[in-house]
Amino acid sequence: MSEPKNKDSIKNVLVVSLLVCFACSIVVSSAAVFLKPQRMANKDLDRNKNILEAAGLYDKQAGKSVDIAAEFEKFEIRVVDLQEKRVLSDTEALDLGIEARTYDQRKASKDPAVSKVLESAEDIASISRRARYSVVYLLREDGDIKKIVIPVHGYGLWSTLYGFLALEGDMNTVSGITFFEHGETAGLGGEVDNPAWKAKWAGKTIYNDDGVALKVIKGVASVDSPEYSHQIDGLSGATLTSRGVQNLVNYWMGDDGFGPILNDFRG
Amino acid sequence: MSTKDVLLNPLFVNNPIGLQILGICSALAVTTKMSVALVMCIALTLVTAFSNLFISMIRNQIPSSIRIIVQMTIIASLVIVVDQILGAVAYDISKQLSVFVGLIITNCIVMGRAEAFAMQNPPGLSFLDGIGNGLGYSIVLMLVATIREFFGSGSLFGFEIMPLITNGGWYSPMGLMLLPPSAFFIIGLLIWALRAWKTEQVEAPDYEIGGHTALSKV
Repeated sequence: MSEPKNKDSIKNVLVVSLLVCFACSIVVSSAAVFLKPQRMANKDLDRNKNILEAAGLYDKQAGKSVDIAAEFEKFEIRVVDLQEKRVLSDTEALDLGIEARTYDQRKASKDPAVSKVLESAEDIASISRRARYSVVYLLREDGDIKKIVIPVHGYGLWSTLYGFLALEGDMNTVSGITFFEHGETAGLGGEVDNPAWKAKWAGKTIYNDDGVALKVIKGVASVDSPEYSHQIDGLSGATLTSRGVQNLVNYWMGDDGFGPILNDFRG
Repeated sequence: MSTKDVLLNPLFVNNPIGLQILGICSALAVTTKMSVALVMCIALTLVTAFSNLFISMIRNQIPSSIRIIVQMTIIASLVIVVDQILGAVAYDISKQLSVFVGLIITNCIVMGRAEAFAMQNPPGLSFLDGIGNGLGYSIVLMLVATIREFFGSGSLFGFEIMPLITNGGWYSPMGLMLLPPSAFFIIGLLIWALRAWKTEQVEAPDYEIGGHTALSKV
């Protein structure tokens, strides 16, 4: 055992701190490396589950009995070009080297070659960069599109909210919404996750004749209001998160987002 | 101090939340649901126990000038490992706990036990002290979570006990129970109950309230 005086020498301070850091970094990095595949698999599963949930094919309460992988197989995944505002054919997507199933839009939005910086005027959802390509998930019945699930994201109060918005075949009526990743205040903005709040979205319509009309309003939407079919009750105590959700709907459903593509699908 | 005291004292006699008033932040934040609270308790107990163990093992080498930083490094590493494991085996719950697992680093119980106990005691005893304090924290957390989930959501561990009106039942949930202040009230009442039972925990008042002068003259 070392003497107290020796213990506080500069040499000992350096040796101990280096050794502690070294040992700790080995533990932390090996945990990160060994558990990564499992974490990634969980993340994918969770994302797919959220796509199903947005489309109303999976109910968290009813829960585990649904075979997520099998249900997810029913979706047709299409790559869309947000710059040219059109859906790419499978061969075009493959030529670009995009595998729809594993495409990582978030990673792409950081790559200058396949993304663009948004000017502050057009950056409604405060995402600063937008990837050129995105994917949409289509659910068909007898050839007709029954549901379309669209990935959306935008900045709330503290964090970027990532989620999915599902529309019915008319490309206007909301089928469901989910957020699978966010860092909003638990209990206030974090209520974007609340099933009761998400349920308020189903059946609302996004567009009127002038464009995106859906509004996350303050307070409770009145049934008597002529705008009722476009109104969602805001989250109480979470004005900025509600505004963030509003902005991301405006952006992704608007002309710079998926608006023109939805128009094409509408035919 | 005997081994048994080290392990069991933190449960009621020297409870980290009840007497030391440490770790209140997470006690308010993660107690709306019992399942989430339970995972938090397990995570915190493990982190406290192992940080105590490792810090105690090298306590004679740690220079006192950088001891807090060394403790922090060890605690933070353990917390990251726990967070990674949770993400791998209990993804849903780790999402619900979100930042609070990371915030175990700043939980005063972990740091407090490392500084107050592990720096002076051998590894085995320190490990037990960590387990004991983790359990003391867990008892309070689970009590609070039971009350909050029962009255706030009408369920226990997610199983419906009182069917909610929104689900076609009869129970109108107490919204307050879902919000953090309710945990404050419950913890306050628990501390009151604990001190009524173990009267030696009652602190001497900082000052005496004087008698009513006008009356005392009569």
